[in-house]
Amino acid sequence: MTGPRNADADARAGAPAPTAEHWELRLYVTGRSPNSVRAIENLQLACEQYLAGQYHIEIVDLLANPRLAADDQILAVPTLVKRLPPPIRKIVGDLSDTDRLLVGLQLRPRKG
Amino acid sequence: MASGHIETDLTSALAGLDRGPRLPKAPTGIRGLDQITAGGLPRGRSTLVTGGTGSGKTLLALQFLVAGAREYGEPGVLVTFEESAGKVSANVASLGWDLDGLQRDGLLVVHAFQVDPAEIVESGVFDFEPLFGLLDDTIERIGAKRVVLDTIEWLYGAFPNQAIVRAELGRLFRRLEARAVTAMVTGERVGNALTRYGIEEYVSDCVIVLDHRMHEEVSTRRLRIVKYRGSAHGTNEYPFLISGHGFVVLPITSVTLNYAASEDRISTGVGRLDHMLAGGLFRGSTVLVSGTMGTGKSTLGAHLINAACARGERALLVLFEESPDQVIRNMRSVGLDMGRWAEAGLLRMWAARPSAFGLETHLAILTQLIEEFAPTVGVLDGIASLTHGPTGPEVTSMLARQIDLLKAAGITTMATTLAPEDDTSMAGISSLADTWLLLRNVESDGERNRLLYVLKSRGSAHSNQAREFVLTDHGAELVDVYVGPAGVLTGSGRLVQEAQERGAELRQDEELMRRRRELRRGIVEAEAQLAVLKDDLAAERAELERIEARDQRQVADAAADRSALAEQRWADPASHGEGGPR
Repeated sequence: MTGPRNADADARAGAPAPTAEHWELRLYVTGRSPNSVRAIENLQLACEQYLAGQYHIEIVDLLANPRLAADDQILAVPTLVKRLPPPIRKIVGDLSDTDRLLVGLQLRPRKG
Repeated sequence: MASGHIETDLTSALAGLDRGPRLPKAPTGIRGLDQITAGGLPRGRSTLVTGGTGSGKTLLALQFLVAGAREYGEPGVLVTFEESAGKVSANVASLGWDLDGLQRDGLLVVHAFQVDPAEIVESGVFDFEPLFGLLDDTIERIGAKRVVLDTIEWLYGAFPNQAIVRAELGRLFRRLEARAVTAMVTGERVGNALTRYGIEEYVSDCVIVLDHRMHEEVSTRRLRIVKYRGSAHGTNEYPFLISGHGFVVLPITSVTLNYAASEDRISTGVGRLDHMLAGGLFRGSTVLVSGTMGTGKSTLGAHLINAACARGERALLVLFEESPDQVIRNMRSVGLDMGRWAEAGLLRMWAARPSAFGLETHLAILTQLIEEFAPTVGVLDGIASLTHGPTGPEVTSMLARQIDLLKAAGITTMATTLAPEDDTSMAGISSLADTWLLLRNVESDGERNRLLYVLKSRGSAHSNQAREFVLTDHGAELVDVYVGPAGVLTGSGRLVQEAQERGAELRQDEELMRRRRELRRGIVEAEAQLAVLKDDLAAERAELERIEARDQRQVADAAADRSALAEQRWADPASHGEGGPR
């Protein structure tokens, strides 16, 4: 699970984000399930495109620690939790719908 | 089946249907529910409990877990989407369920999920693997045998992609089944649909519907088994209540088979009535006393209580018509001092005005009284006043539940009710009664008298004769009635008849004596005549002997005369010899 952390390190100065805000993201997955793998890929792509240099991704594997699901209130995977900036948002799914992902990350206004 | 009790419709029906290969069951610990499901929920399978808001489905599910953990050694897992774990514990603490303690002991794990749908955005496909993984982990960790998901339907509201939720729930139930845990899922009933989102399609083994209705401002809760695959079950709507100790489901028909049948007899307080019942009432049995107004039903109840208190036992008197003061005064007039027992703490009287409480509350108070006071004898006086008004079926079932409660607690119960002779409205109640006494007013010769009959007495020989029931200033007494060609006579009629009978008997005695005297005299006379005849006979015999003796003497004399004459004439001896026999 080193990919996302590398992406963080690779953040470039010329990213399109207008502010100096920092995105603290946590992605809950279950091992290497197809949904989990796709979500990681989709998240990395989207972050590189829209949040270059302004994000940090932490991957949590619930297969390794099932009890975290109760503590962190995670019912479904993949679940991406936007911890920062506030407010906290949860984006559920393999993040294949980029529009909805950007709505969840509050990079785009929520549509009906 | 070895019990002496008569089987009721319900139990015999269930016993008859359930003789095939037995489906393993997981008891819920709720006595009535275990009875109507013939043992509990399908073991290793899923049961759906559905009902409207406040219908008690969460409580039912929790009791299933608590009973499993405490009574059946089956640890459980609760996954709730409704409330926080702390709130769940607090809600049921008043019922004496220590969820925190059970969790500390590793008999229960509570997972509470509270996810605000407003903070969830969906992007692409997902699955509920974390929930499944958490369940697997917990089941393995504490060796759980029971799982409750309350209310799993919440997932439909939280995740917009219904197709995925549907598919994932199907997977969840298959996994639970593979784990062989007995699961209970709750659903929200909406309109005519069993559940809002149709989760009954996954739970095909057992479906229980709870209902909470207001009827005539009286709240009634009901439970119904809509479906139970592979098992017999009661199909009626069964009333239930939520008491201070949890869920109480009371099958309308009494299930006496499950009560310990006592061989111990106790006195009714009326000696001759005990005799009619072959030695008194079986301890823990139920007696129905029905009769028209003023037939002394309450007095019979007072006697039962009096006898119990005199033995030092505790008695509960539930009054539906009168106040305790009235009862004490009335019973004093027939020589029964109830006030003394009340003061001694052996008698608890509760004036339960039917209009004052909802039926549920009524039942709950009774439950409480039984638990606190622990009486051995209970009298429900004037239950018919409950049936006033158009609330028939509810009231009948409520009464049935009251009687069932008392019966379950092993309390010898007498219920008295005002009922015309040909009244069948008590039929529902009477099936619960082990003994049925009928008191009747008989009117004749310008007076009313009371008759007591024993209509039935289960498991016991009993007199089929009517007795006159007389209220004296020292209590009730039973008197033999006169039964003859003129019918049953009571009161003055009986006294007159008895006097007449006594007169007739006297006359008969005299007649006999006269006959005896006559006969004796006849014998004496005959004997006297016989003696006279014997004398006559003896006299005649003597006369006859005398005459014969004289004749012989005359012959001898004649011969002697002749020989003397021949000697005188010198006759020769030959001629003397010839002429000798002449």
